[in-house]
This record gives sequence, C-alpha cells and structure tokens, in this order.
Amino acid sequence: FFIISCHCTDNVAMSLQDCTYFTRKEILRLFYRYRDLAPQLVPLDYTNHPDVKLPYELIGSMPELKDNPFRQRIAEVFSDDGEGNMTLDDFLDMFSVLSEMAPRDLKAYYAFKIYDFNNDDFICKSDLEKTLNKLTRNELTEDEVRMVCEKVIDEADLDNDGRLSLEDFQHMIVRAPEFLRYSSGNLLFTI
Amino acid sequence: MARIVNFDLRYPLMEAGLESPVDEEGVHDSFNQLIAEQSQNGGLDALELQELQRELDEEGRDNVAYLSSPGHDYGRRQERWEAEREDDGRQTDSLAGERWSSATLKILSSMPSRTIGRSRGAIISQYYNRTMQLRRRRQSRPSIRDFSRSARPSIRGYGMEGDTTDSEGAELRKREHLVNNLQNLSVSDRVRMLRGMPLSVAEKSELRMQAMQKEQRRHSGRQIPCCSRLKYYIIIAVRQSWYSWLSFIHSLQLWQVALKRVSGRFGTGVLSYFLFLKTLLFFNLFLFLVTGAFLVLPQAVHPPLFSQGRPSFSGLELLTGAGYFSDSVMYYGYYSNYTLRKSCRVDTGGQNMSISNGTGMDCPSKRHSYNMPMAYFFTIGVSFFITGIILVYSMSKSFGQSFRIDKSHSILAMKVFCSWDFKVLKKSSVKLMSENICTQLKELLAEVNHKHVKNTVCQKLWRLTVHGIAWTICIASTTGCVIGIYYFSEHMHQNLRLFSRNTHQNPLLKEASMLALPVVVSVINLLLPGLFNAAAWMEDYDSPSVRTYVAIGRNLMLKVSVLGVLCYHWLGRVAADPCWEDFVGQELYRFLIMDFIFTLLDTLFGEFLWRLFSEKGLKRRRRPVFDIARNVLDLIYGQTLAWLGVLFTPLLPAVQILKLLLLFYIKKGSVMMNCQAPRKPYRVSQMTTIFITLLCIPSFIGASVCVTYTMWSITPSSSCGPFRQLKTMFQAGKRWVEELEKDNPSLSMLARAHAYLVENPFFLFVGAGIFLIVIYFHSQVVDGQRKIISLLQEQIENEGEDKKFLITRLQSIHEQKRTPTRRLTSQDSTC
Repeated sequence: FFIISCHCTDNVAMSLQDCTYFTRKEILRLFYRYRDLAPQLVPLDYTNHPDVKLPYELIGSMPELKDNPFRQRIAEVFSDDGEGNMTLDDFLDMFSVLSEMAPRDLKAYYAFKIYDFNNDDFICKSDLEKTLNKLTRNELTEDEVRMVCEKVIDEADLDNDGRLSLEDFQHMIVRAPEFLRYSSGNLLFTI
Repeated sequence: MARIVNFDLRYPLMEAGLESPVDEEGVHDSFNQLIAEQSQNGGLDALELQELQRELDEEGRDNVAYLSSPGHDYGRRQERWEAEREDDGRQTDSLAGERWSSATLKILSSMPSRTIGRSRGAIISQYYNRTMQLRRRRQSRPSIRDFSRSARPSIRGYGMEGDTTDSEGAELRKREHLVNNLQNLSVSDRVRMLRGMPLSVAEKSELRMQAMQKEQRRHSGRQIPCCSRLKYYIIIAVRQSWYSWLSFIHSLQLWQVALKRVSGRFGTGVLSYFLFLKTLLFFNLFLFLVTGAFLVLPQAVHPPLFSQGRPSFSGLELLTGAGYFSDSVMYYGYYSNYTLRKSCRVDTGGQNMSISNGTGMDCPSKRHSYNMPMAYFFTIGVSFFITGIILVYSMSKSFGQSFRIDKSHSILAMKVFCSWDFKVLKKSSVKLMSENICTQLKELLAEVNHKHVKNTVCQKLWRLTVHGIAWTICIASTTGCVIGIYYFSEHMHQNLRLFSRNTHQNPLLKEASMLALPVVVSVINLLLPGLFNAAAWMEDYDSPSVRTYVAIGRNLMLKVSVLGVLCYHWLGRVAADPCWEDFVGQELYRFLIMDFIFTLLDTLFGEFLWRLFSEKGLKRRRRPVFDIARNVLDLIYGQTLAWLGVLFTPLLPAVQILKLLLLFYIKKGSVMMNCQAPRKPYRVSQMTTIFITLLCIPSFIGASVCVTYTMWSITPSSSCGPFRQLKTMFQAGKRWVEELEKDNPSLSMLARAHAYLVENPFFLFVGAGIFLIVIYFHSQVVDGQRKIISLLQEQIENEGEDKKFLITRLQSIHEQKRTPTRRLTSQDSTC
C-alpha cells in the first residue's frame, strides 16, 4: 500500500465507513479515482477538510457515467450546489447509493429525485416527458410520449392530484422486484 | 409550515363522524350543510374564513407568498402551474389543472403527506421517529408524550406541530432529539440508521460526530468502572477487525473484474447466468471439502490391503474414468469396510465384519481409529442435509424478493422507471438498451390500447391446433428418445457383460464402447431443445415471458425423463452386477465429461462459427443471442449428475469444480467475442427465482431421493466398498447405534428413539403431514393479506376523493368570498 494512504486518518475513514456502504479500502480506491479526475486540484491530505469541488464536466466523463443518459441529473442530485459540481463527500455519497449494498428505500428516494427534473418534489407530466425522451433517445413520437405519460400518471397516481409524489413512487417501486438489481451501478476500480 | 385550518365545529356530529368512518352519511350531510350555510350567510364568524380573509387582503398586496423554509418559491410555482394549465387544454379531473389561490396552494403543499421526504427538516423528523421506534423495540424506552395527537393515526408521529412560526428552532430541536436517539442506540443500529438516511454524507458525519461526542461526554462524566471501559475498548477493537475482515473478503471475490466486464456490456440478465455458475461452484466446493476431509483423506492415507494391480495410464482414462482410475480413491469400491487404525496392520480377516474390536493383534491400541463405513454413511447424509438446507434457504429468500402478492396494474409505470439497467456501461450496449426499451414501450402501449380486441372462435381454434401440434411434436420426440435410450442402454449392458466374459477382446475397445451411451444422451440433450425451439417458432404466444416459460418447461421435461430412465437403468438393472457401484460411479463420471465436451462443441458451433457465418457469409450484423435459460438448464443438469454421483464417486465434486472453472472462462470468452445482448425483455428477478427453484426441487430433491432409495433398499455389492456384506447401506447406521447401546447401556433411549423415528416410515408420514399443514396455513395468511391490501387501496382512493372534495370546496368558498368584496369595491368606485 502507498505510504500516502495515511493521509486519510483513522477518524475520517471511520466516519466515512459509518456513513456510506463502503469499506475502508473501497473508500481509498474511490478517493484515488476522484483524484485521478483532476490531480492538480485535489490535494492528497484531507485532514483539514479542504473545500475542493470538481466541475460537472470531469464527473460526467467517468467511464461509469459517460454513456448514461441520466448522468447530469445524477450529478445534480448528489451535488451540494445542485449544478453537478461535486466534493469528495458528494462523490462518495453518489457511489454509495448506487452500490449494491444500498437498500431499496434509499435508492427509491434518490431515483425519485433524479427523475424530478424541475426539483419541485413531484414528478409531473413534463418531468415524465423528459425522462421518456432520455430513456428512448427521442425515438418515440410526440403522440406516443403523451399517451405513455398519461397512462403512467393514471396507473401510479394514487391520490389523484395529477402528479407523482414520493409516496406514489415508492408504492410503485415496492411492486417492481427488478428495481434493486437494475439500479445498482457498475463501479470499475482501476487499482 | 402547516397552518392549522380549523374547520368549524358547530356541529358535534361532525366530530364524531371524523372519528368513525361508519357514520359516513352523517359526515357528508353535515359537511354539505356547513358549506351550504357558509356560502349562503357568508359566515364571517368561522375562524377558517377569518384567516382566509386575512390572506385575501395580503394576497391583494403581493403575489409572492412567504414561507419559512428556503428553497420554495411559491410565486414561481404559481406561474408554472398557470403555464401548465394553459398548456394542458383538456379539463382533467385532477387537482393539478385548477387555478388555485396562493392560500390553497400553501395548504395543499403543507399537507403532512406531501412533506414526507421533502425538506431536510422533514427527513430529520421522519428519522427521529424511526429511531424512536427502534429504541422502543430495543427497550431503551422514550416517553410516549413525545407524540402529538392527531385525528389521523397514520400521520401521528410525523411531527407536524401546530406552532411552526419558529421552524428553525423546531428543526434544531428535532435534530437534537435525533442525535440523542442515535446516541442511545447500539453501535450496529446506529450505523444502519445513519447509512440509510437520505441525507448528504457531510450532514451524516456531523450527526455521527455529535452523537459520539455526546456519548464520550456521557462516558467521561461518570466514574466508569474499569471493566466497562475495557468492554468499550474491546467493542471498538472487534468493530475494527470486523471491518478489515470485510474488506479482505471483498477483495477475495472471485472473478470480480470479469463479471463487471460482462455486466458492463450485456446487462444484468447475462450476469445472472454467471452468478448462478458461481453459486454452483460454491456448493461443489463445500461438498468437495466435506468428502475430501472425511472420506478421501483418511482412505488415501490408509490404503486398503487387498488391492489388485492397476492398469497403466493411457489417455483414455480422462474420458472413461476407468482403467487407471478404476481401483483408486476416486470410486466407492476402493473404500474399506472396517475401522481404520493407525500403524496397525490387520493381517487376518481384513474383510471380516468385526468393526469394533482391534484385539487379537499385537499392536498398541491407539485412540486413532476411524470407522470407515460409518464415516461414509454419515458424511454423505450430512452433506446432503446441509446442502438441502442452504438451497431451501436461498430459494425462499429469492422467492420473497421477487414474489408480489397482488397483481400489479402499473406495468407501464414500472417499465418507465424500473427498466434502466445501470450496470451497462458500453456505449453500443446503452444504445441497444434504449432501443429495446423504446420497442417494449411501444408494444406495451399497443397492448394497452387494443386490449379489447377479441379473437374470433376460428382464430382461437387455429391457435389451439397449432399449440397442440407443437406439443405433440415435443412430447413425441421426447418419448421416442427416452425409449431409445432405454433399449440402447440395455443393449450396451448386454454387450458389456459379453465383453467381460470374453477377455480376448481389446480392453481399450471395451472401454471406448462404454462411451457410447453418454455420447448418445449428450447428443439428444443438444439437438432436441433446438427442435423444441423450431416448434415454438410457429406458435403464437401472448407474451414473451410465456414463450420463455414454455421453452423452459419443455426442456425440463426432456431432461427429467432422460435422467429418470437412466436412474432406472442404473439402480434397476445394473445394481445386480458385482461391484455395480463402481460401474455407476464411472458412468456418472463419463456423463459429466461428455456433457462438458458437448457444451464446448455447442459453444464452438453455436456461437463462434455462427457468428463467422452470419458476418462473412450472410453479411449481417446480427450476432447470435446468448440463450440464458438454456444455458442455465444445462448447468442444472450437470449439477444433478454431480449430486447423483457423490455417493458412488466421492471425488466427483472435484471434477465438477474443474469443469465449472473451465466453463466460466470459455463461456465468458465466447459471450464477449460472439454474442450480442438479448433483445427480448428479461425479468431477472423472476428468472433467478425460477432457476434456483429448479435447482432445488427437481434437481436436488430428485438426486437425494435416488440416493436415499439406494441407501435404503438396494443391496450393496458384496465384493467391494465400505458396505459389503450388509443388507442395505442403511444398516451401517443401525449397527453403530446397536454398538453404542452395547457399550453404554444408558444410551438405550437413543437406540429406541432411532428404531422408532428413523426406521419407522410412520414418523416420516407424520412429519410430511405437519409440513404440508404449515404450508397450507401460510398460504391462507397470504390470501388474507391480499384482501387487506385491496381494502387499503380502496381506502387510499377514498381519502384522495375526500381531499379533492375538500380542496375544491375550500377554493369555491374562497372565490365567493372574493367576489362580494370586489362587488363592494366596484360599487364604491361607481358611486
């Protein structure tokens, strides 16, 4: 192991281990991945909690996220400023929720936020349209998009207010056994 | 954030009506009455309307509503909603398309159900209550006074208090309570709660730090006795070591990189095949360790006394398992039927039945004795039992994850939100996945729109005929092949008997002829599923999943019948021969090897050459699709052979391990080079459950039934093996119990219990009966839960209707309130 690894002091490592679903080794590997995105910006010593934010362009160029149509929304949801610029904590948080160990409720909560494009805590029709277009790369016709959105709101909206709240979303996710398997991302460790 | 909208309680009936849903008539009537009265009188006495009046005046002044929590801009929201309303020209029945005043909007969005999970304050409240419940369960009880009363029990405890003018203070207080609760939980509970909270890592670390600081302060405040401090340090040390052990285990994970690459390109479906292979590998590893440690190792260290010379090694052994391997530790016949003693040569009567006493010999009576027949019997029995338990456990866990009690109505919604596979990383695969989802959405839309189209009687009849023809073809071909195997095996058996009597023949030829049956069976297993696919091609199914199930069913039927007739052949016919167990062990070895070779050939021809042909010859870009179901069924078939063979060939799990290792790399290479991702929708959870169920029920149960039958009823051969000259293998166990009783008379209870419970089939019937009754009770419970779910759904819909009703009424009263004042002002202006 690198001697530099002791920059991540025990306190910081234990705290991160308790707050994410990663082990200490994985946290270190993730830190190296984060640093590799911009070695000149990210210091090796994190004991003083430096305030370093990597811009969205660097995050979006990672191989795990590069071709994902939702990468911008994912970065926005997990970043502090809502623009996609992530600190190390945000970075770890994102991969912790996307890992296989995260429970379904946590994933459902963040999935809801990802699909909520206008951040109004409801998935309304326009959010649905944007989701569909990202899913299918704009291959559906306008008519089809409209019909699908209507059908989806019709099916999933339990309290009949025309849009999906977090409860409606979670109620639907509970019935989909594939959600947990599909929503676990593929994290490639290079080291 | 929530204002208390106090509906007038002039009518006491209403309050009663709120509490009991039985009095619904009364409630609706009185509500209607109230609102009718209000709109007639313009009753300004009602508190609600006074508040609204205040709002109204404020509304006239500025449009942008104020709210205490940041991040909500109501003016913007109102504009957006109005814009939406203009876009959506149709009149919907929902609440979204109406034009609401800001008061109504405020009330709507501060309703308790809308704020769950939204703001940070709400999340902290929610988790405060969860930690409270956890503490209650763990018996560090907080007081009940912390919960506020409310009419709706379901929102009691969401912490929506009346006085929300000081929301910052309220949030801080809640946060303190949460930290307090966290500190009182045990360490593992605290970690689990922290990890599951949907807050950012920075906030979580802060909460954790505060909780730990408080804990330290609490600890340092008191005079801690040194033993409890020691306990504290031990707990910390244990946690540290547990974390390092976890990371060690994680780094040991087999094939992690390869699996990531496969899933990055092909998605979760193809990954499930490789994960299934990994599971099978672990089962075989367990079996190998157990049989290796308890059977192979002792016998290898103490070779039997009377062993004939072995023929020399020719390469054919690897295929036939006979020859050099025939009289080795690999097969049943090699194992001794007496107690092995260390450094003690039993010259006389090595084949006698005196198992217990080693007297009469001049060797030091050492404690190291090993009763081989006992060991054989119990090792096989216990390893099967443990494997069965592990299988049933993983099957029920998988079943619990994928089984849905009620029929799901939200197919389209689930397709939109739950079908994106985040494991896929490669750009072309992502593009393919988008296309697939697009196609599936179009199909679902068409299905949903045209559901009412019914087939005419003629069409139905035609479909039935086609199905009937296809099934007839499949069943006929299966039966034909099974009968063929039956007669062919009998023929080969006769041939072998002739060969063994006629020693002039070339022994190598004799061994090679033993390969004929395995080859025939493997060819059948390879070709017939292709025939089934061709038959299914002309059929027309309702949905792709039905097609997959039918294909699996037909394939399964073929494999079960083939294995059935083979078991009959071995246990019925061959079991009369001398040293038949060795022969059966060798047969199973040959079957396993041939299965492997034919899988290789199938991969080579089916995938590699097909891809070359279709790319170069037909000049198409379509590569072959990896048929997950068929490959998994092949794996299950191989595993059944391994389980059947453990009794006769204790080293067969090792062979199976090697086979699975090679198969992994070959399949992975072939998939990456030759195949493309599946185009049809593949429901991973359901399929995985089906496969593990198939592994448990036909495969493992069938193998254990065969093994149990062998142990219970068939006479072991008298010239070889650890059970020679016993009536059944089972008698070894009985004999041991008798001996125990002879040596220690106090254990006679055990012997009697053994006699009644294990040997008497009555007990088995009673046990099976109780098991079935328990299953019946559970299925009734599930039915009851289904009914409860539908009732609750109805209740939710009714509540939604109530909400809509109240909100529209509120709004209409508001409107009416506004128009009189406008009239007044306009009148003023005109005067």
